[in-house]
Order: sequence, then C-alpha cells, then structure tokens
Amino acid sequence: MEKIMMKGNEALAEGAIRAGCRFFAGYPITPQNEVPEYMSRRMPEVDGVFLQAESEVSAINMVYGAGGAGCRAMTSSSSPGISLKQEGISYIACAQVPCVIVNVARGGPGLGGLTSSQADYFQATKGGGHGDYRLIVFSPGTVQEMVDLIGLAFDKADEYRNPAMILSDAIMGQMMEPVVLPEMRDLQQINKPWATTGMKNRGQNLINSLGLLPEDLVRINQELQEKYKRIEANEVRYAVEDVDDADLVLVAYGTSSRIARSAMGLARKEGKKVGLLRPITLWPFPKQPLADLAAAGKRFLVVEMSVGQMVEDVILAVNDRSKVDFFGVPNGAVPTVRQVYNRIMEIL
Amino acid sequence: MQKVFERPKALSDKKMHYCPGCTHGIVHRLVAEAIDHFGLQEKTIGVAPVGCAVLAYEYFNLDFQEAAHGRAPAVATGIKRVLPESVVFTYQGDGDLASIGLAEIVHAATRGEKITVIFINNAIYGMTGGQMAPTTLPGQKTTTSPYGRDTSRVGFPIRVCELLNTLDGPAYLARVSMHDPKNVLQAGKAIKKAFQVQLEGKGFSLVEVLSSCPTNWGMTPNQALKWVEEKMVPYYPLGVFRTPEEVSSCDA
Amino acid sequence: MAKIDINEERCKGCELCVHACPKGILALADKFNNQGYRPVEILDAEKCIGCAFCARMCPDVAIEVYK
Ligand SMILES: Cc1ncc(C[n+]2csc(CCOP(=O)(O)OP(=O)(O)O)c2C)c(N)n1
Ligand code: SF4
Repeated sequence: MEKIMMKGNEALAEGAIRAGCRFFAGYPITPQNEVPEYMSRRMPEVDGVFLQAESEVSAINMVYGAGGAGCRAMTSSSSPGISLKQEGISYIACAQVPCVIVNVARGGPGLGGLTSSQADYFQATKGGGHGDYRLIVFSPGTVQEMVDLIGLAFDKADEYRNPAMILSDAIMGQMMEPVVLPEMRDLQQINKPWATTGMKNRGQNLINSLGLLPEDLVRINQELQEKYKRIEANEVRYAVEDVDDADLVLVAYGTSSRIARSAMGLARKEGKKVGLLRPITLWPFPKQPLADLAAAGKRFLVVEMSVGQMVEDVILAVNDRSKVDFFGVPNGAVPTVRQVYNRIMEIL
Repeated sequence: MQKVFERPKALSDKKMHYCPGCTHGIVHRLVAEAIDHFGLQEKTIGVAPVGCAVLAYEYFNLDFQEAAHGRAPAVATGIKRVLPESVVFTYQGDGDLASIGLAEIVHAATRGEKITVIFINNAIYGMTGGQMAPTTLPGQKTTTSPYGRDTSRVGFPIRVCELLNTLDGPAYLARVSMHDPKNVLQAGKAIKKAFQVQLEGKGFSLVEVLSSCPTNWGMTPNQALKWVEEKMVPYYPLGVFRTPEEVSSCDA
Repeated sequence: MAKIDINEERCKGCELCVHACPKGILALADKFNNQGYRPVEILDAEKCIGCAFCARMCPDVAIEVYK
C-alpha cells in the first residue's frame, strides 16, 4: 500500500470519490475551498457531477435532489455556510435522504474568523435545524481518518437512510500527513429501491418531509426516533489511549485530541497517570465508555477549541459518578500543549 | 361516440384539495397531458414547492420530491444532473419562485439546466392566507397591503419571464393565462413545448401561467378569471419570450 | 351528437364550466354532493356540441366529453 502526502481537505475529497460519491455541490468559503476545487478537477474524470452552487442553501438542496435520486451525494462548507444549510439538512433528515455534509469549521459566531474552531459541536450533534432529528457525526483525528471516515459516512448514510456529517476544522483541513487511499468502490452494489428514478415497473416513489395530519407527523417522528435508537445502539465509535491505569482521562476530538495527546505525553513523563478518550462519532456519543470509566473511579478533563460544548455531554454521561473538569479557549485562539499540560498538573 | 376529452393517466384519482375554481387544477391537468402526450410517466420526476401546490405529489402519478420553500430548482438540478435521461419539472408559486427562491430560479435558468419549470403567477401568497407577493399588482389589496400595494413604499411587481429573458441560459420562456378556454388551450401547447425542449436537450424551459386565487382575492371563480384578463394580462403580457429555433414544432 | 359525463363527486360547484359553455346549458343542481358542494348538471343535453370548453376549464378534471 502506497503512502502519499495529502492535505486534509484533499484527502477527504479523494476519499469521497473512492467511496462512490458522484455528486458534489458547494460554495466557496475558507478554509474548505480545497474540497470543491479538488472535486471540480476530479469529478469529470469519474463521470461525476461537480456544481458550484449559487449559495450554500442551493448546494444542500441540490444534494437533497441528487441523494433522493439515488446518487452518493455530498456538500462541504465551513461554519457560516453550514448555518445556511440547516433548513435543507432538516428536510433531508426528515425525508431520510442519505448524503454527507462536511463542515471544515472556523471560528464564530457571525462571520467569525479563519482560525480553527470546535464551536459548531452543538449545531452538529443536537440537530442544528428545526425539529427532532439527528445526523451521524464523525470527527476525524488524522488525515488518514478523513479518508476512512468519509467512506464510512457514505456507508452509514445509505445503511440508515440518514444524513451523515464530517465535523472537521480549519487545522485538520489544512494540515498534511501521509495517507493510504482505499481502492475505488464498485457503485453498482448500492441498491436504492426508494429513490425517485421514474415510475418504471413500480408505484410512486416520494421524497417528502410533510406530515400535515397530526397522526402522520407523529408516525414520521416515531420512525425517525426508532432509527436513531438503532444508530445509538450500533454505531458509537471512539478510541482510548492509556486509560487502564489512568487517574485522569482527557476527553477530546479532532484537533484538540492531538493537542491533548501531546500534553498527556508530557504529563506521563512527569509520572502522572493520564489517558485519553477520543470520540470518533460525536453523535452517537460514547456515553457508556465514559460512564464505565467514571464508575472505575477516573476523573475527566475535557479539552475543546470552544468555551465548552462537548463537556455538557461528558457531564451527562458521567452523571455525578466522578469529577469533570474543562479546558477550552474562545474562538480565535488555539489551545497549546503547554496550557493543557498546566491544567493537568493543576488537577493531579 | 368516442371519448374526446378524458382524465390524463399521469393524474392520480385523488380529489384535489384546491379551493373551488382555483386554476391550480387546470394547470395540473395540462402538465399531466404533456407527460401522457410524450409518454414520459416512467421517466419523469416532479418537484413540488411549498405553497398551495405542496401536495402536488398526491395528484400526479409520478415520482416526486417535495422541496423546501423556493428551492425546487436546486432540487431539480440535483436530480437532473445525476439522472440526465430523466425528465424533471418543478411546479412553483410566485412567492416560492419569485421571492424566497429567486436566486435558485435565476441560477438554474442561467446554467441552462435541462429542466422544465411551471410557474404559477396568481399575484398573491395563497397558502398562507393572501399576503402580498412579489407579483402583486400596484394598488392590489392583500392581507399585508391592506391599503393596496403602494409602489413608492414596497416597490414594483417582478415580471419573471422578462427578467429571465435577459439571461443567455434559458431555451424556452413563455407566459400564458388561464382566463378562458382558448387561453387554456394555448397554455397546454406551451407546456408541451416546454417539455419538448427538455426532451430534445435544448435547455431550460419555463412557462409562467397567469392564474387565479379566488379565495384570497375575495372573488367568485368567474370574477377572478375576469380580473386575470383585465388586470393581470395588461401588466404581464402573454407570449413566447424565447424559443429555440431548432425545436421541431409541437403538433399538439 | 355529443355528450358530457360529469363526475358529481369531484365537482366543487365553482361554475367555471357554466360560464365557459358557449351554449349556456350547464347550471348548478339543487342538491349537494358528499363534499358539500352543489355539483353542476346539464340542462339540455341535446344542445351539447362537444366543444369541451367546460372540461378544459374544470379545475377538478370532473368532466369527460364524447363526440
Ligand atoms: C422558509 C419558509 N418560509 C415561509 C414558509 C411559509 N409559506 C408557506 S407557503 C408560502 C407562500 C406560498 O405562496 P406562493 O408561492 O405564491 O404559492 P400559492 O400558495 O399562492 O400557490 C409561505 C410563505 C415556509 N413554509 N417556509
Ligand atoms: S388559496 Fe388560492 S391558490 Fe390556494 S388553492 Fe385556494 S384559490 Fe388556489
């Protein structure tokens, strides 16, 4: 297997192509521009569709159409653009159209800035748009994981007929690392009998999110909730490092997990027993592993590139069985290894 | 005796929910007749708007996607691009197309998307109870222009065909009216032509249909059609604004 | 010889056909259908010329025409 150096955003785009993505629509916004730029070169080579939409609103609705017609479809953007997509994402979730949405997050709120951010965690994991719905949210921690998780995101989106999101950030998108790319996927295998492809030898197929009659809307929501329960039961993914003997477990994802890991290394050198739990799926959230670690007497330090969002889920999972501390920085700033290390030393 | 007028097959058996005398139903029939005429039932995908026609998928015997308010042209773009052999149409009201969805329609048109757009101009927001639309005529009373549309304050109506006709992308643009049988016949021809333009891969086609909303205009259905003829047609002139020369003439 | 067939249950009594008929032979009936509307009926079937103006104007596609 050949290893090549790739930028996070480009690795993600190539990973999507190899996972069978054949429709991409997006709108320029830094720091995700490498994704549409890469797609504009690559899609014609694989007979796929690249479209620069007139807005993020339009892009997500193009994805709704293409995904509803049975194609593996995706859009990418960065925080303000993801905010614009929320109405469309809510429709897609309700209509159960599989697709992948990539957020290469940047600092907010408002127009914010181009620095990296994890302040879109609530938006990604709690719905974001209107109504009771969920996205399957993946958080890559390396450029290799960008490739691996986007493939998985397409598979899970199809399996559950649910939109999936890759929550990346400016640093993850811009950094270069060696990656091994998977083989090109065979697209013929994906059977989507529900897709709107024309009523040939069957009845009407409908992609719809309307439940005007109260009982219809209740049924739609119950169906969604049952699906979300199945996803929560089967799709939690996380990685642990050095937790067995740890007194303190750092909890961090994406860029901040990398900073946390380095701080952990420094602390270990000082003889401090520190471990790391890195959620790979942010929804469904690894509640049970955290609860188990809490029951085993470990304390937690949540590290985020925000003033604290995921920490709320950790507190819920730990449920007073142990102590949860937090280290975060406001958007604009990036936490340093030294800062996290100092916080560890304060606690232990 | 032979049947000379029957229900098109592309229409389902469901009773339509539209208000008595609302011309949405006539336009539905004309679209279904065009689908039948070209034998497109197995390859057509419709896109329903948000507006009174939100339930259009109930009335057509066709695959359908229901779009968010104004976004039907983007949804149709996604479908058509991944299924280029299919026939894709949107059915949109004037609030949907000319207000919240103006960017989507302009860009679908300028890209020359090979889709067909059926645009219902009834000069009002029907579904939400008769508010001012971008197409509401100067002086026209609505629930949000209770003293009549004051152009010095809220500006002027948008003429969609003329607006899109400034672009190079569209292949076929026509405005027709529902106000009498002759015009309905004409509208049917324009709608067939619009689908033919798509079938022949000529590009974007749109038919603007001057329609009535008797309920929110506060008129009887026949008074409403008279109002279309006397008030709307002068402001929104009928005719073909753009047509590809090479399209074989439609025998319908 | 021409004839129209009115599906009374679809009719909403909007009278667009009544107005469209060049022979003036359509009118609302003195009864109600299950939807609660007075359906249209033909007064003088002999005079129908099968022009289908009524059917063309019917928003509920409730009229079929034979000729
Ligand atoms: C984002 C959003 N804004 C507003 C609405 C409410 N809404 C529903 S239908 C409608 C207007 C429909 O009017 P029009 O497009 O003219 O169609 P008509 O009902 O007249 O056929 C509006 C504003 C909505 N559903 N979604
Ligand atoms: S509100 Fe107006 S546009 Fe809507 S169904 Fe009734 S008459 Fe037609």
